Amino acid sequence: MAHFTKATSLHDWLNQRLAVDTLRRVLATEYWIPKNINFLWAMGMVLAITFALLLVSGIFLLMYYQPNVDLAFDSVNYTIMQEVGYGWLWRHVHGVAASVVFLIIYIHMFTGIYYGSYKKGREMIWISGMLLFVAFSAEAFSGYMLPWGQMSYWAGMVITNLFAGGSLHADGLVEWIRGDYVPAQAFLNRFFMLHVLLIPLAIIGLIGLHFGALRIPHVNNQDGEEIDFEAEAAKYKAGDKRSSKVIAFVNDFMSKDMMVVGIYLIFFFYLVFFHYDFAMDPVNFDPANGLKTPTHIYPEWYFLWSYEILRPFSTNVGLIAFAFAQVIFFLLPFLDRSPNAVPASRRGLFKYWFWAMLIDMIILTAMGKVPPVEPFGTIGFYAALTFIGLWIALPFITMFEKKA
Amino acid sequence: MKNSSRRGFMGKAFGAVAGVGAVGALYAMKRSWDPLPSVKAAGFTTLDMSAYKDNELITEKWRGKPIFVLKQTKTMAEKAEANPKDIERLIKVGDSYFMVCIGLCTHLGCIPGYNSDEESFLCACHGGMYDFTGEVTKAPPPRGLDIPPFKVDGNKLVLGEEGPEYKKMKETGVTL
Ligand code: FES
Repeated sequence: MAHFTKATSLHDWLNQRLAVDTLRRVLATEYWIPKNINFLWAMGMVLAITFALLLVSGIFLLMYYQPNVDLAFDSVNYTIMQEVGYGWLWRHVHGVAASVVFLIIYIHMFTGIYYGSYKKGREMIWISGMLLFVAFSAEAFSGYMLPWGQMSYWAGMVITNLFAGGSLHADGLVEWIRGDYVPAQAFLNRFFMLHVLLIPLAIIGLIGLHFGALRIPHVNNQDGEEIDFEAEAAKYKAGDKRSSKVIAFVNDFMSKDMMVVGIYLIFFFYLVFFHYDFAMDPVNFDPANGLKTPTHIYPEWYFLWSYEILRPFSTNVGLIAFAFAQVIFFLLPFLDRSPNAVPASRRGLFKYWFWAMLIDMIILTAMGKVPPVEPFGTIGFYAALTFIGLWIALPFITMFEKKA
Repeated sequence: MKNSSRRGFMGKAFGAVAGVGAVGALYAMKRSWDPLPSVKAAGFTTLDMSAYKDNELITEKWRGKPIFVLKQTKTMAEKAEANPKDIERLIKVGDSYFMVCIGLCTHLGCIPGYNSDEESFLCACHGGMYDFTGEVTKAPPPRGLDIPPFKVDGNKLVLGEEGPEYKKMKETGVTL
């Protein structure tokens, strides 16, 4: 048994039992971050804060929300919005955060792609990040069902129908997922469970994995430089902070990180108070009606690009293209055949690949929003082909890349 | 050595017990997600076919799904007659022909709208189109509107029961 002595202070008492000093050192004061980074490196913290906002606002919404097809709509639009003191605040925070979190996720992802932060030992960071993206997508979808408005119902109908697998015609599977022939009480209840328990648990676990995956390869930097973290840390600890290439996570890095978070939060609450409507589709303010489709069904903006890959093709081809779009980002570390982990601007053809991919996804997003009429249908079709083509081209253009 | 093989055995024994338990638990979980018997026994819907008017789309409800009923006019029936793909899809009750379909687009399940002047359906979700018999005329829907199980009973139509006419449609692949 370990030897315990009479504690000299509360801190000492805790330290003997929980090793708080060691924890603090390992997790904060001697967790090293490269100096050579920019504000884009703060997106991880911005995401963590946004997740916290979602969690807290969600807890308050959960106290009044009713997962029942007859009561859900009013519990959100009447009880929470009109009766509960500051209920509107939680709802608007929750809705805006659900939308903005995807904007930050996309920035975070494209930062990683641009700086090559998914290779040379950082593959697991990328993969766990993509798993988080999938979990957040499932969380967003299940949450969208809960107000039980027209868009909830019809998005639920269309998305669960995807599981029929087109010509495979697996209607049994679709009915199994729904617990009914159409989205109804069983459906609402199970998506409620997923939204408030199972998926958040998975997200919290994945965040742990994501952070853990970062420890051994460390955070990348603006030049993709391979840093000897031990040597640089030794310099820092010896007092030579100027020439050391690293800084401590706390307080050095955190102070700047929180500065970015502060600016972000001002922007965020500006949206919550003055522009929350962008995250609230007017169609969803009509109660769900299984006998009336809204004239134009579209998902929230963050799913539009993949929706647009589904749309221009016939069912089966569309489903295959859609499935391709869902998994292909996972394979990025393996499809990129070049060993160079430097910014895209120094990588020859990959530079064009990066910007083409980004612009193509913006075009897909825009085309997913407009009704399926010409010329948008054709533009969407070619943008979808471009998306697939770019991924097929990736291994070839990176294979012949010169060593940077 | 002896020791470790004994531990190995214990490990395998535990693995076997846990494996059986895991399979059982998964089965129970799968069953808990199944539609409830009360949902499955959602009964039958009986339609009185003499009440419908020519070329006027009426939406009924069966198992929570919209059912399109469209009584064909004389000219529509003649047009359908000329096209075997169309006529097979119609149900004859008395002297009249009816289109009776599940009103969900076979692409991804939106409800198409009917234009009685053009005698066609348009699905606003992704632009799919069907003619007045529910046959698909423009992709992305992969096939015509599905026909629910039905049985002709004099002037009535019972949805949910499989009559000989429905069985024949299924065999010939008119509907799934
Ligand atoms: S759901 Fe009708 S065309 Fe896609």
